[in-house]
Formats: sequence, structure tokens, C-alpha cells
Amino acid sequence: MGVNTNPVLGGDGFVTTKLSSFANWARKNSLWPMPFGTACCAIEMMGAFASRFDLSRFGAEVVRFSPRQADLMIVSGTITYKMASVCRKIYDQMPEPKWVIAMGSCTCGGGPFDSYAVVQGIDEFLPVDVYVGGCPPRPEALIDAVMKIQKKIEREGAPIV
Amino acid sequence: MSFDLQAVIDSLKSNFPDTILDIKTFRNETTLLIKKEKIQEFCMYLKNNFDFKFIVDITAVDYLERKTPRYEVVYYLHRFGPEYSENVRIRLKVEVPEEDTRVLSVTPFWSGANWLEREVYDLFGIEFVGHPDLRRILMPEEYNAHPLRKDFDVRNREPSKRCFEKALKEGESGTS
Repeated sequence: MGVNTNPVLGGDGFVTTKLSSFANWARKNSLWPMPFGTACCAIEMMGAFASRFDLSRFGAEVVRFSPRQADLMIVSGTITYKMASVCRKIYDQMPEPKWVIAMGSCTCGGGPFDSYAVVQGIDEFLPVDVYVGGCPPRPEALIDAVMKIQKKIEREGAPIV
Repeated sequence: MSFDLQAVIDSLKSNFPDTILDIKTFRNETTLLIKKEKIQEFCMYLKNNFDFKFIVDITAVDYLERKTPRYEVVYYLHRFGPEYSENVRIRLKVEVPEEDTRVLSVTPFWSGANWLEREVYDLFGIEFVGHPDLRRILMPEEYNAHPLRKDFDVRNREPSKRCFEKALKEGESGTS
């Protein structure tokens, strides 16, 4: 990106950039999260969305409960095998491009539940972009994860379709 | 007026002489061991004559390699009264052998028993004869094990994985 001034425009400036980096800039500052909260991590996620931690400072305040309108899935809470197919279905319903945050020990690797019903990490069935450890992680940790997603989007060089 | 539990037990003893196999009282909790075949009549009598209107819980215990018969189904009945002392709880137990895991259902008397019996069926594999809708309630419907049985490996995720993969395939072919 470069800022220019042009006498033809009466001294007003303009910015030259690539379309892909412009799109990435827009995408990273308007992430619409789809909350998939199944357990106590969801409480911390709500804390991150609410006024004290205020995720809207990073442009991610429009929490959508419809996957069709979301591009960031925050999976927070224990995922059982019975829930996993639902989780996958909701992920499939989200439009591209999309990203996934695995929030908490349970989603990252099963947490304390080494049992017959619990998925040992959601990367068994979802492509996870950022893992957040903790049981549950503090809202700061989730904010950090969102910022990491933003950095990742910034670097993306995929052509716009 | 307080509720006299001893009078209830005496009445049960005289009305069902061969049905009560054992009576235990520990810390004011009364446990009756009942013959498996008589559970329906026994529950109906308790409900109609002594106002045990509420089924608190139905659960089961697996005594693998500790006791025969292997299973016990446990019923908690509650009776509400206007006075505190008239609130009485009683525990019934039924022994279920490994070879014949069928018990008569009590859902006809307490509709609240419906899901409780489904849970016991799901996790222990005990069949409740006369239940209106005996399906699994927690595990997936095509799951082929009973996880709370002592001979089930709690870390065995294979049955869950199979059900999950099947659900994924169905999701792909259906309209999602």
C-alpha cells in the first residue's frame, strides 16, 4: 500500500494497493463469529464479547447464531461424538472463507475427559486455525487468538473469486 | 400428624409376604429388596395406598464378579406431605441376573419413569418390558455397547467413532 497525493484531484490523497490485500484488510477487521459453546468455556467467550473485554474493538462483535452469516467459528466446550456431526454440519454451512478457533483444553485435545464419548481434539474433524489452551482460558487468551487469526488473514494470498 | 413408615412396611409385609426378600434400614433410609416379577404390583400398591406419587430416580448397579445376580435396578420413590415429617422417601431394589436382563416397566404408573428407564436401558442394557418407547436416550441410536457395564472399557471410542462417521455420511447425502 502506498499513500499518494495528486494535484489533479485537488491535493486529495489516494491509496494504491492490491485487491487481495484490500479484501484481506476488510475481512480481518470484520470477523463475524459463530459461537459454538457447549460448556464452561462459552461463559468466558461471552465475557470476551461483553463490555469489559469488548471483542468489538477488533471488529468481531457481530456474533451470528446463523452459520450462513458467519466466517469465524469459535468452538468452546467439550465436544462429544454425538455433537461432533452437528459441529461439522454447522462448519460446512458457513460460507468461504472461514476460520476456526479451538477454545479450551477440551476442544484442543479432549481435556480431562479421556472417555468413550468425548472427541480427543476437534482437529479430528475440523481444520483448526488457532488453538487456545486453558481450562477455561481467560478472555484475554481468546482476544489473542482472534488477533492471531487477523494476522493470518492479513498474510493470505488467495485470489478473490 | 407424622407419617409412620413402619406401619407402611408392616402393611406391605402382610400384603406381600413372599415378595419382600430383605429389609434394610441405615441412617433413616429404608431399602426393600423386591422379587423381580412383583415390581409392578408392589409399586402400584405403594402409589395407590400410601401416596408415593413421585418417582425420583431409577438407576442400576453392575456387580460384575462381586455378586450374582449381576445387576440390581434401584428405584427411589417419594411421598409429598404438607408437613416436613410426612415427606418420606423409600428405596426399592430388584435383582436382575445376567442371563435374563428383563424387568417389568413402571412407566404405566409414573410417566416420569419413561426417560429414567430409557437411560438405564441405554447405559446398562436392561430391558423394561411394557415400556411404551424403549430407545436409547443418551448414546446414538445405532450404538452397539452399554457404557456403564463394568466389562466395557471406558476409553473405547470405537463405537462412538463409528456412529459419528455414519452421521457424517448421512449429513453429506441429505440436504444440509
